[in-house]
Amino acid sequence: MRNIDFDCKVIEMKDIVKKFGDFTANDDINLTVHKGEVHALLGENGAGKSTLMNILYGLYQPTSGEILIKGEKVDITDPNIAIKKGIGMVHQHFMLVEPFTVAENIVLGMEPTATLGKINIKKAIQDVEEISNRYGLYVNPKDKIYDITVGMQQRVEILKALYRGAEILILDEPTAVLTPQEIKELITIMRNLTQEGKTIIIITHKLKEIKEAADYCTIIRRGKRIDTVEVSNTSETELADKMVGREVSFKVDKEDKERGRLALRIDNLVVKDNRNVEAVKGLSLEVFTGEILGVAGVDGNGQTELIEALTGLRRVERGKVEVNGIDVTNNTPRQIIDNKMASIPEDRQKRGLVLEYTVAENMILENYAREPFARKGILNKTAINKFARELIKKFDVRPEDETIKAKALSGGNQQKVIIAREVTNDPDVLIAAQPTRGLDVGAIEFVHKSLVEQRDKNKAVLLVSLELDEVMNVSDRIAVIYEGQIVGIVDAKDADENTLGLMMAGGGNKDEK
Amino acid sequence: MKNKTFADKTFADKTIAYLTKGTLGFSIISIFLGFIIGAIILAIAGFNPIQAYGVMISGVISRPSYIAWTIIGSTPIIITALSIAFAFKTGLFNIGAEGQFIIGGITAAIVGYFVELPSFLHIPLVLLAAMTAAGLWGGIAGFLKAKFGVHEVISTIMLNWIALYLNNYIVLIEGFRRATSQRTHEIQRTANIVILEQWKRSPEGREWLRGHDFFGDALRTPLNWGFVIAIILAIIVWYTLNKTTLGYELKAVGYNRHAAEYGGINVSRSMFTSMVISGALAGAAGGLHVMGISKSIASLAAMEGFGFNGIAVALIGGNSSLGIIFSGLLFSALQYGGSKIQPALGAPSEVIHIMIGAIVFFIAMPKLIKYILHNIKKKRGAKNAG
Amino acid sequence: MLDSLGFIIGTTLMYSTPLIYAALGGVITENSGVTNIGLEGMMTIGALIGATVGFYSGNPWLGFLAAGLAGGVLALFHAIASVTFEADQVVSGIAINFLGPGLALFLSRLFFEGATMTKAIPLDSKMPRPLHGIFPRNSFLDLVFNQYATVYMAFLLVFVLWYLLYRTKLGLRIRAVGEHPRAADTLGVNIYRIRYLCVILSGVFAGFGGASMSLAIVSNFRPTLVSGHGFIALAAMIFGKWKPQGAMWACLLFGVSNGLVVYLGRADAPFQISVQILSMLPYVLTLIVLMGFVGRASAPAAVGVPYEKGER
Repeated sequence: MRNIDFDCKVIEMKDIVKKFGDFTANDDINLTVHKGEVHALLGENGAGKSTLMNILYGLYQPTSGEILIKGEKVDITDPNIAIKKGIGMVHQHFMLVEPFTVAENIVLGMEPTATLGKINIKKAIQDVEEISNRYGLYVNPKDKIYDITVGMQQRVEILKALYRGAEILILDEPTAVLTPQEIKELITIMRNLTQEGKTIIIITHKLKEIKEAADYCTIIRRGKRIDTVEVSNTSETELADKMVGREVSFKVDKEDKERGRLALRIDNLVVKDNRNVEAVKGLSLEVFTGEILGVAGVDGNGQTELIEALTGLRRVERGKVEVNGIDVTNNTPRQIIDNKMASIPEDRQKRGLVLEYTVAENMILENYAREPFARKGILNKTAINKFARELIKKFDVRPEDETIKAKALSGGNQQKVIIAREVTNDPDVLIAAQPTRGLDVGAIEFVHKSLVEQRDKNKAVLLVSLELDEVMNVSDRIAVIYEGQIVGIVDAKDADENTLGLMMAGGGNKDEK
Repeated sequence: MKNKTFADKTFADKTIAYLTKGTLGFSIISIFLGFIIGAIILAIAGFNPIQAYGVMISGVISRPSYIAWTIIGSTPIIITALSIAFAFKTGLFNIGAEGQFIIGGITAAIVGYFVELPSFLHIPLVLLAAMTAAGLWGGIAGFLKAKFGVHEVISTIMLNWIALYLNNYIVLIEGFRRATSQRTHEIQRTANIVILEQWKRSPEGREWLRGHDFFGDALRTPLNWGFVIAIILAIIVWYTLNKTTLGYELKAVGYNRHAAEYGGINVSRSMFTSMVISGALAGAAGGLHVMGISKSIASLAAMEGFGFNGIAVALIGGNSSLGIIFSGLLFSALQYGGSKIQPALGAPSEVIHIMIGAIVFFIAMPKLIKYILHNIKKKRGAKNAG
Repeated sequence: MLDSLGFIIGTTLMYSTPLIYAALGGVITENSGVTNIGLEGMMTIGALIGATVGFYSGNPWLGFLAAGLAGGVLALFHAIASVTFEADQVVSGIAINFLGPGLALFLSRLFFEGATMTKAIPLDSKMPRPLHGIFPRNSFLDLVFNQYATVYMAFLLVFVLWYLLYRTKLGLRIRAVGEHPRAADTLGVNIYRIRYLCVILSGVFAGFGGASMSLAIVSNFRPTLVSGHGFIALAAMIFGKWKPQGAMWACLLFGVSNGLVVYLGRADAPFQISVQILSMLPYVLTLIVLMGFVGRASAPAAVGVPYEKGER
């Protein structure tokens, strides 16, 4: 059901170069998109796809190169011009003002006004209802953003663009936060839009979606355009190889292993979120030594609250957490660490590292007060640096310098510092929350290898991830979390994506074990 | 601590990351620019800036007593700056040094007047009492932040005023108040820290000083041990922040409380501790001021500015102990020297506030300074090429 | 009894007025995402310029406008620093608090032969009292409503600002810029222009606040006139949860304690209470209230964070 008009080149980006200081984010990129096409931009994190689209949308100015819209050369110096030229963008991190209503967010910047600069809010609501009906993107204009689901927020973002008369929609990683079912809906919406003559560019690093949704795909690697291919003639592996620049195996090597004794027991746990609403609602789970238990689920189903409660960062309302049979419910983080539970936090820059501290100082974050790092309250810098140097070697942190600040490291190396620190504490239970978020393929492989290593050393590993592929590849058993409860546990060998997807969307059977 | 509170979001949190970085280069350039602004203002007002700066400089260095006055003036603001810098480094913005200074002063006046002890006990007791009381006063703000998420900027502004009125209340209590005045009785001589106070008033002291111009002039001022204590405190602050586990904890909380919490550091306790230490430092300044200069406390109509000036000193000194000693001396020299252009030239001495304001203003904008430096470099490059 | 109440209400309104102006200044700038700790300095320069222009021109309105202008000019510096040069907003505000009073005293000495206190404005060129003489002298209504024009204008400004922020297109954009500047930017809202506008307006309001002291409450400028009102206004703004009407109520709370202090300080006061203790009360009360609920109140999400366009 393609509706591409090959005679109409809606977008031509020619020889685009973008430099940030010494760093070249876009190196001579060319991109052509035709009317009515769904064009995917594929690349790893940091490859430069978002930069390219931010240039198209006028948020950045290219260092050199030119842009043609429908054959006409344009200078897109700010988003206003992009909007006028019919370009709309849905950012990966939604650009929504949380305390505002849906309607207010949609009309912001193009508000219907009455006298005295007064907003005509009735008209705004009418307008929103009208376009939302026309494109089948149902929303309630009067809802506040913080009260609606992520999927709904995404619709608001798309409506924002359509309200401005967008002919070309740029969607930046649109599926990152959606359930498999919501993704299907989104793909349908995209099809509808192209039928209406809209053109869509999606930025993504997920190959499967490209196969399902896109007509053409441009692959970008390290700021350079590698190729543009017709998706129907290209396999996923081919796309992957082009994206990474070498052959990639998505399988994680691991041998079968008997699991051992019960190490972490979570019993009927209830935890509230920031808004004082129960986010974890009577969750029970057991993790054994020598296994990786993966928790799959869509973002916002209580994963963050669960991890924070386990690590002592959030109060447990009811229920129990036991490590090695010892009750650690509502213990302080210190006590939990002392009870041999370690964790790789979800947000490494927020929780995992003190970015202003050196690598060495970060390596002792949990042990700074212990000998040999300190004696009688006085730090021993020599011992600290020696320890850090050893870990840097062992975990291949680059650059090999314990005196540089953690903020100077790449994401992958920052994660290595955290893993090194956590694993060196020799815990019995290791919690890994989204351990590969934002990392490139090489670093992802390292993290997965480390997790398997810990499992092979008879640790109990609890992996919580939003990436279903990751959970399926790494885990021995998979638990699915939905609305703060575990709705099913399956053996990884028997798992298939459809069943898991259904469970993640709430269609699972609770009694299933 | 686990709810998103006001404390999570507002200004100081984000700003502190920068404040703790403060580099020497920017400070020096900012000071230079501040002097230029001062010169421009003076010139516009019809005064000769070179002459004015000449008066200021000679007004600071031409006599031993002038230098002594500069040192005396720098003592309280160096210590309040240490207090503020300590809080900055641990992620807190202590606007309350002003009030903690007052509390330190009140306590010193009380313990200095009502307690009778030999000097070698009395002086440390007064200082400790002042630091303890002010530490607890500062601790209130730390507690309110840790427990209720009340931002320390707001709570310390409130606490400053409460301290001021408390001071005025205590000053007027009968038995403490000096008859028919808005002042309290002077502290006992045993709590006095003025250098050679007894001796220099004795006949033989006077005799000796008459024969020695340098000391005679310098000791005409209430030159006291406060400055030495300020230096000792600066060293202690530096050591604590950089060499101890306590410093490691507090700074970790300051840089990233979420990571600190995750690493097992008790964030609430750290905030409290940090404000207690910061308050104690400001209290030491207030106590030393009473012991060395004022000898008593008086009813206050408005804030005296020791705390606020300390903020400027801390910023100009880049929040480092060494930097603060120098910027405190600079600030004091400006204040003391600046006061002399009024009688000498009729030029408003408030120009120094404008200069200090300008210096702080430039320190707030490293981006502007980078931009200026960049352009200078470019011009030079063009010249060289041409 | 009724007269006493009238006296207290009247003085409360009078003393709240400067705080309301300055707090509204705080409200508008913080809603756009720029914190302004320099209100104190802006009030001080406003008070000096108001008194000076009022004295020399004999026209209080001219003085009032000039005061707003002076506050606005000082605020412009804050805007340049914090919007254009991505300065640390707190530090820049602190600088303003040195610059404002420094300039005020400097100028006072130039304009008034070396004095830091300006000459008193004659009674007939002070701010007018529009309802003067309408009610019987010292009756309840007279005590409450016989106020300087600046008092009425302050309350009017509360309403105007509320309308601006919550009912108009500009207000929606201001709040969007304060909450999520990037979102506003992607929709083509000019962050810089809005922040400049709001910061400058905050200076204008603070300048009005200063002038409402030097042209109405008293009739000259002196170094201790403003002493801390800017900081109290800042607290009132937070106390009032960043809303104009909330800030107004908080200012009235501070005003009422001032009113009580004056009332109980009179010879004919019904009972004697330490004026010092009474003066402390609003600050203690604020702390207690902050513990209770405002701690969880939401500041505009982006307040204090410079907006960098080229951020990656």
